[in-house]
Amino acid sequence: MVCTFCASGCDDLQITHDGRRVESARNGCAISVSRFTSTGQSRISKPLVRTKGVLRPVTFGKAIDRTARILSNARYPLLYGWSQTSCEAISKGVELAELVGGLIDNTTTSCHGPTILGVQDVGEATCTLGEVRHSADLVIYWGCNPIHSHPHHTTRFTIFSKGRFRRTRKERKLVVVDVRRTDTAKLADRFIQIQPNGDYELLTALRVAAKGEEIEQDSIAGVPTETVEELAEMMTDCEFGALFFGLGITMTAGKHRNTEAALALVRDLNYLTKFVIIPMRGWFNVTGANEVTTWQTGYPYAVDLTQGYPRFNPGDTSAIDAVTRGEVDAALVVASDPVSHFPGAAVKHLLGIPIVSLEPKMTPTTEASEVVIPSAILGIEASGTIYRIDGVPLEARKVVNPPPGVRSDVEILDAIIKRVKRQGRRR
Amino acid sequence: MSELLVKNGYVFDPLNGIEGDKLDISVRNGKIVERVSRRARVLNASGMTVMPGGVDIHSHIAGSKANCARMMRPEDHSKDPETKTKHTRCGVGHTIPSVFTTGYRYARMGYTTVFEPATPPLKTRHTHEELNDIPIIDKGCFTLFGNNWFVMEYIKQGRINELAAYVAWMLEATKGYAIKIVNPGGIEAWRWGRNVRRLDDVVPNFDVTPREIVRALCQVNSLLNLPHAVHVHPNGLAEPGNYQTTIDTMECVHDIPTREHPLIHVTHVQFTGRKGWAWPDVRSGAPEIADYVNTHDHVSIDPGQLIFTNVTWMTADGPAMFALFKLTKTKWFNADVESETGAGVVSATYKKGNYVNAIQWGIGLELALLVKDPWKVFLTTDHPNGGPFTAYPRVISWLVSNGARQKLLDKINKTAKRRLNLPGIDREYSLHEIATVTRAATARSLGLSSKGHLGAGADADIAIYNIDAPKLDLSKEYKAVKKAFARAAFTLKGGRVVVKNGEVAQSVQGRTFWTKPEVSAETMGAVTKELESKFDDYYSIRFANYPIEEQYLTASQVISTKGEV
Amino acid sequence: MSQARSRELGKFSEEYFRSVTVCELDPDDMTELGTMDGENVRVATKFGQVILRATVSKQGPHKGVAFVPYGAWASALFGTSTHTSGMPTLKGLEAIIERAPGSKVPTLQEVTRLKVG
Repeated sequence: MVCTFCASGCDDLQITHDGRRVESARNGCAISVSRFTSTGQSRISKPLVRTKGVLRPVTFGKAIDRTARILSNARYPLLYGWSQTSCEAISKGVELAELVGGLIDNTTTSCHGPTILGVQDVGEATCTLGEVRHSADLVIYWGCNPIHSHPHHTTRFTIFSKGRFRRTRKERKLVVVDVRRTDTAKLADRFIQIQPNGDYELLTALRVAAKGEEIEQDSIAGVPTETVEELAEMMTDCEFGALFFGLGITMTAGKHRNTEAALALVRDLNYLTKFVIIPMRGWFNVTGANEVTTWQTGYPYAVDLTQGYPRFNPGDTSAIDAVTRGEVDAALVVASDPVSHFPGAAVKHLLGIPIVSLEPKMTPTTEASEVVIPSAILGIEASGTIYRIDGVPLEARKVVNPPPGVRSDVEILDAIIKRVKRQGRRR
Repeated sequence: MSELLVKNGYVFDPLNGIEGDKLDISVRNGKIVERVSRRARVLNASGMTVMPGGVDIHSHIAGSKANCARMMRPEDHSKDPETKTKHTRCGVGHTIPSVFTTGYRYARMGYTTVFEPATPPLKTRHTHEELNDIPIIDKGCFTLFGNNWFVMEYIKQGRINELAAYVAWMLEATKGYAIKIVNPGGIEAWRWGRNVRRLDDVVPNFDVTPREIVRALCQVNSLLNLPHAVHVHPNGLAEPGNYQTTIDTMECVHDIPTREHPLIHVTHVQFTGRKGWAWPDVRSGAPEIADYVNTHDHVSIDPGQLIFTNVTWMTADGPAMFALFKLTKTKWFNADVESETGAGVVSATYKKGNYVNAIQWGIGLELALLVKDPWKVFLTTDHPNGGPFTAYPRVISWLVSNGARQKLLDKINKTAKRRLNLPGIDREYSLHEIATVTRAATARSLGLSSKGHLGAGADADIAIYNIDAPKLDLSKEYKAVKKAFARAAFTLKGGRVVVKNGEVAQSVQGRTFWTKPEVSAETMGAVTKELESKFDDYYSIRFANYPIEEQYLTASQVISTKGEV
Repeated sequence: MSQARSRELGKFSEEYFRSVTVCELDPDDMTELGTMDGENVRVATKFGQVILRATVSKQGPHKGVAFVPYGAWASALFGTSTHTSGMPTLKGLEAIIERAPGSKVPTLQEVTRLKVG
């Protein structure tokens, strides 16, 4: 069984169930166990529509009706989320966005969007995770904390894993670069503490040192130059290095300039040795959201389909910007909670427009929605394709039935599409 | 029951020996039949040329590396968007079109079957997701084997029967159509930043050579009676002079017995057909290669014709991509796939004034013109490496018109022009030969008995072009030829009109073809058991999650074969 | 890890509330602030402010740097500007932290209303 929490795509879970609920989930990490065994918590059991200010239960048909009308009547609807659902559902999402002339964006926009922007400038030297397990003698975790975010990462892919060419922990070195000594850093052979917002400088300094040139300053981003040079030497001397990076790089002020520096560093290292870079994607199918959106529209996120053809211009066609500008006049949110996570001022705009939520559990977004349609949890109550961090596709399988009356995202979106087509678009 | 009569067209059906006769083609329920009733709808093809729908044997349209290229190159798309219409979804071009646009653009050119030539098994679920989404055309994909750990180990141990069973298992697991080899052994060496350049270099840690890999997989191809030859991208792609490796690769299997069709197909030979030691000095190795192909029946090739435009290089050949990236210094994407293969993507621009680009352009055309038998050399641009598939009409115009070629020769790098053989070649393709290299020969090479011809029993995939065959002087009117092949007057897919006057009239779902070789239960059982016992050591996903179920394909079309193992 | 596990129990659950309404501080910073482990503090950026429960960081030292888990409370502190990248700045923001022992950590509904103003 494939776990559907983080993007590690652990597929060695062994589940027992009684037909309705999962009873146990062996081999999973603690988060995974919680996900599989808590499916009953906080569930939305019926479709809800807001009437006279209160969310009230309605039939599925009525909820679909209202949804279709909201989206058809909108001039600039936003279809957002997508990272915690299947590729098949995302495909329906693109179809719906094209049909209603909307903006389709996924959580990449506030997570690893800068990584993609960096790749679009520099490219990316990467590999599948098993390759790291087989070959890497140097592993660097930069701005990420996998012990907490991807609990099985180190055992399945890096320092505690067993590969064809690296059988023991001793054969690998771990370096952690972070602003604090994280629990992952406690496992490191070398921990380098960097000042906040100093990643761009440190990555660039490493590029300089890796080329054998001299750094003039005594320290970079709080790291002594000597340490920078030692790290550069570790990187050029290894046989196969792997740099994993996370939100410490993408979310700080440098954003895609940081990621470009990291991608360029790894590219430069390939002139001297073998080196790869892999972003630590969060949600279990955010990679899938990028993949499907790209093969269908040409672009990985922030895709504007309002003109009848795809346009991509982050900063303009990205969800947070579009919402903050007040242009978005309706939103369909699939398996995401932007009311919680968008910056405060963007939330203010969101709460002023009709929201339709497809979601299994109550969240601040569902509480603020005009329509809420309960959905089945992928990988437990519904099947579908997901993509692991490294682009390896997996089939997440259904184990138990969803609660009565609860449908998969694919079925719900299909129904919305059919209803919108019947109603026709009205401006 | 749906009947259609395509009336009065000039029919070119090389597989059935028809060369431009004025004939009617009868269609019933999606198939070509001997005759139809008087109630049949009539499609008037007077004054037009009728051919089987195009069959493209090698075009990178789907899968992980294509999508990484799309994601990496938004600048490729922004100038070439496709607006949605009543019958079509929106999308983007240019060198790496989005999936809907890919299907429509092929159909507009009268193509109805296309094969993705390289899919990494671990990620082939992705390839099929994209293939499922490509509208109209029938399709399939070739599974990569040339750097696979299990393959190399079986070869080292001399266990050919077990290797055959493994390949059979893999084709079914990946729903692949044929055996593909890319830079045998070289992508495994790339794990350590190295490469393997010649047939007898040893692959690090596996102690086998490319020669052994190619030979073993060709033997397996015969043992399993697979419909297509082994499709090979040889070693040494990024070497300035590499034509000898190409010939050696073809030669290294000439003694292996084969049945009706060639044993080895060497692809995009323009990239591995160079003579010389260094870039400023490269020449065309086309005459030598053509000479070999002309005198040996176990091989076929396709040139991967270069077009002077911006392109995207994408291939499983990771080390070659890095080597070429170092020359272009644009952007570089690389993705090694554990235990199996890899991928690389680089953006590039071919310029007429660039000496090497001009030589390569010349090599492609020289190959097409010097190989005498059009059944052995197929039209491709190795999309998008040599150029986008939408440039096929332009390539056709060069093949049918020496005048068109000379005109372009006058514009290319002058030293290249002096050193190429092309200026002195005046052969011009006939329409019959064009029909051969774009559909009949490719369908036959793929072993698709229902494609590439218009005889009874074939799928009613028909292309009708605005070419008044008896009247049109192809050589003089090459621009009209180009225009006609760019926008088909009609394209029929399974008997339904999908394109009219170069525009999509309706969208249909194409089928995904894959091969299922039958092997003895005993051998298969033993091999599967062995696979399962080693799988967790080799891969980072579980054995149970590796194979792709048939239901995953929206419309599956299996070709069964009987193996001798 | 606890943030993710408790999220599965639901965003309105007590467990989730406890795991994300924290502000992890370096021990020396806490001494300077005069704050005890478990006491409330006011965290303010130029975009907004929120009351959170201070805890001693177990992943220190990191003087001058505070950590708030990603969630509805942290997002009260974010600005909307993405500098034309699409990505708002969610880490490395300048903040002022003060003791606020008498103030209450807002509930999920309250913090949502706070953002709306």
